[in-house]
Amino acid sequence: MEPMEKNRDFYEKLEKKGVSRRDFMKYCSFLTATMGLSASYVPKVAEVFAAPKQRPPVVWLHFGECTGCTEGVLRSMYPWIDELVLDILDITYHETIMAAAGHQAEENLHNAVKNHAGKFICVVEGSIPTKYEQYGMIGGRSFLEIARDVCPRAAATICIGTCSAFGGIPAASPNPGGYKGIGDALGIKTLNLPGCPTNPVNLVGTVVNYLLMGKLPALDNLGRPLFAYGKTIHDQCPRRSHFENEEFVEEFGSEEAKLGYCLYKVGCKGPETYNNCAVAKFHGGTSWPIQAGHPCMGCSEPNFWDTMTPFYEEM
Amino acid sequence: MGKRIIVDPITRIEGHLRIEVEVSKGKVKNAWSSGQMFRGIETILKGRDPRDAHHFVQRSCGVCTYVHALASVRAVEAAAGVTIPPNARLIRNLLHAAQFQHDHIVHFYHLHALDWVDIVSALKADPKKTATLSENVSNAPWGGSAYYKEVQQRLQTFVDSGQLGPFNNAYWGHPAYKLPPEANLMASAHYIEALRLQAKSAKMHAIFGGKNPHLQSLVVGGITSVRDLNPDRIFQFLHIWKETQKFIEDVYIPDLLAVASFYKEWGAIGGTGNFLAYGDWPSGEKEPDTFMIPRGRVMNRDLTKVLDVDQEKITEDVQHGWYAEGDPKHPFSGVTDPMTEGIKYEPGDKSRFLFWKTETGKYSWIKAPRYESEAYEVGPLARVLVAYAKGNKAVQDVVNSTLKKLDIPADALFSTLGRTAARGLESVLIGGVMDDWVMELVENIRNGDTATYQPWEMPDEGMGYGLNDVPRGALGHWIEIKDKKIKNYQYVVPSTWNLGPRR
Ligand code: SF4
Repeated sequence: MEPMEKNRDFYEKLEKKGVSRRDFMKYCSFLTATMGLSASYVPKVAEVFAAPKQRPPVVWLHFGECTGCTEGVLRSMYPWIDELVLDILDITYHETIMAAAGHQAEENLHNAVKNHAGKFICVVEGSIPTKYEQYGMIGGRSFLEIARDVCPRAAATICIGTCSAFGGIPAASPNPGGYKGIGDALGIKTLNLPGCPTNPVNLVGTVVNYLLMGKLPALDNLGRPLFAYGKTIHDQCPRRSHFENEEFVEEFGSEEAKLGYCLYKVGCKGPETYNNCAVAKFHGGTSWPIQAGHPCMGCSEPNFWDTMTPFYEEM
Repeated sequence: MGKRIIVDPITRIEGHLRIEVEVSKGKVKNAWSSGQMFRGIETILKGRDPRDAHHFVQRSCGVCTYVHALASVRAVEAAAGVTIPPNARLIRNLLHAAQFQHDHIVHFYHLHALDWVDIVSALKADPKKTATLSENVSNAPWGGSAYYKEVQQRLQTFVDSGQLGPFNNAYWGHPAYKLPPEANLMASAHYIEALRLQAKSAKMHAIFGGKNPHLQSLVVGGITSVRDLNPDRIFQFLHIWKETQKFIEDVYIPDLLAVASFYKEWGAIGGTGNFLAYGDWPSGEKEPDTFMIPRGRVMNRDLTKVLDVDQEKITEDVQHGWYAEGDPKHPFSGVTDPMTEGIKYEPGDKSRFLFWKTETGKYSWIKAPRYESEAYEVGPLARVLVAYAKGNKAVQDVVNSTLKKLDIPADALFSTLGRTAARGLESVLIGGVMDDWVMELVENIRNGDTATYQPWEMPDEGMGYGLNDVPRGALGHWIEIKDKKIKNYQYVVPSTWNLGPRR
């Protein structure tokens, strides 16, 4: 099929699903903007969704984690999660959604890594106990063993969530298992999408960037894509003018809280946290923590469970 | 001695679980359940600010988000003697009920259904007959043969690509799958619809909680999302609630009954004997008296009496867990002391010959909770049975009519089928009262009450616990505060009750 024709076909299908072409282009525009690309890329982004020749294989590993990042991705609306699973990606191994269990599940992992060596995207959720390897096991193998086997054979390893990126909550002091992020544990370079959990928009943006340009987006020195983690929360916060005017919330539920004043004095970590929550928001722009009147807890920064606590004390 | 089979990983759950079974003559004779991961959040909490605890413990599970945070703020509020304002209680109730709606839908369609629904068989279905079936059993807002043809085509394209993604290498075609192709196609279509629906319904959490998973609007003393108590937001919440509840009533329940009617033999498999519910959804300050879902225990399947629940009688045992040896302990004096060497998977027993003789007998990271030394099942079935036995009219009606519709006896409740049905039935009941709470909230605001937070002070010392019922079952958090810091924090989660080892 010619691309044009293919596109037409695709839009027809969308329309039947109750998604108008306008809605679809809107979400492609949103994604393109989130990725920090100019508007001229919008049609190309649309094409990524419209006509994948072969769905790129994805191996998703779960280690020391809570599955919150997976759940976050299950809430994806740009595109919808069923499109990610059925039409866009080939998620060959993912413990939370896969039908197979036990030996059959492990066979899937083995085959995916073998058949798509150097070509699959490895997404990792959760950190790895390195002091006591037996603190994390799957199918008789330790997390560390599995990661050592799988990650180096991937085209790229994407760490979703602060746990896989930097260690996260299991690595909080006193770090009983000696948990580490993937890059640290394996001594490899990973692309990091920290957040507790990560906004699914940032995973989709990263993957689309990869499919579009054939390479990963530009990263900061912590391996985080600049399009999402290039600015602090504070710099993008709609409450910023209150900060400048020294209009602070000092107690939850107060008049100042009702007026939407700055949360700095009740512990907001926005000034030290790099992420795009304020502009990308969650659930199709429904809200984000500061909009809900709660201070930012710095959840995308390394070691935030130690460096950003107590959460309700001024920095 | 039968054949031993290990299933590891158990998929479509949160966390890392291994199940080993001993099979003899086609039946499971013995089973061992093993938690395969230890992170140590209880240890990490020691010495920290009690106000922070709910953020830490919420990361226990991202599927069952919110619920640990709720139990935690309740525990700290109990320790500090804080009573939250009615609006905070209502918002918490709404978020909690929204979690049930969401989680039960996901549990049924995305975690559980693939054990009953053969996606590949759906390709053989006649779309027209599927449309008729769907019209007969459900009130789904979509349907018709064109719709089912399109879904089938989408699945066909998917299968033809040879890239089966999460459906690869599964058990398609196995004789244990009992649904005809048309029912499989209908259920597969609803699997996809439910994927989209759950993404939408999580917005309820975002409205009053900032985001989902891991909401960020709870604080000890109340909730922070005071600016979202406006007509726009409340209406948006109601709108999504309605769509979700309609899905539960018009699609989930009919699907549940349709699937169940082909799997009636599961009404005699997978039952336990003791049931524990803490209950939840306070309508006033007094807990548990004002709970919508009551607290109680049923022992030995005896529905003629409901026993009380006294948290002091709960202990956790580590005999078969990879922890330093110790007697069973109440959570207030609970110890989490993980082994650091010699961690070997040895399901069996070191002292007795009852199951297997092994050196340590240790085989799981899960502790073994007991109530007066007895094991209990927690979860939807426990809640429904306790409410039923307590004479709750709404629960009795819906349970009795379901038994009648499926034409199965009452003791079929004590089974996998009963458990799966209970999950659906309570979704209807819990989701069904949410609009009343919204109206109560609206009334309060209209009368000028916008309080969502009770100022309080951290005591130097204190002890408290929070007992919730959450989608997976009874959840308890216990905290001891000393010098305004956490001295000890222990929690006993539903899956510990349901999946813990022997003792
Ligand atoms: S609320 Fe936080 S991020 Fe926003 S202006 Fe205040 S300190 Fe900065």
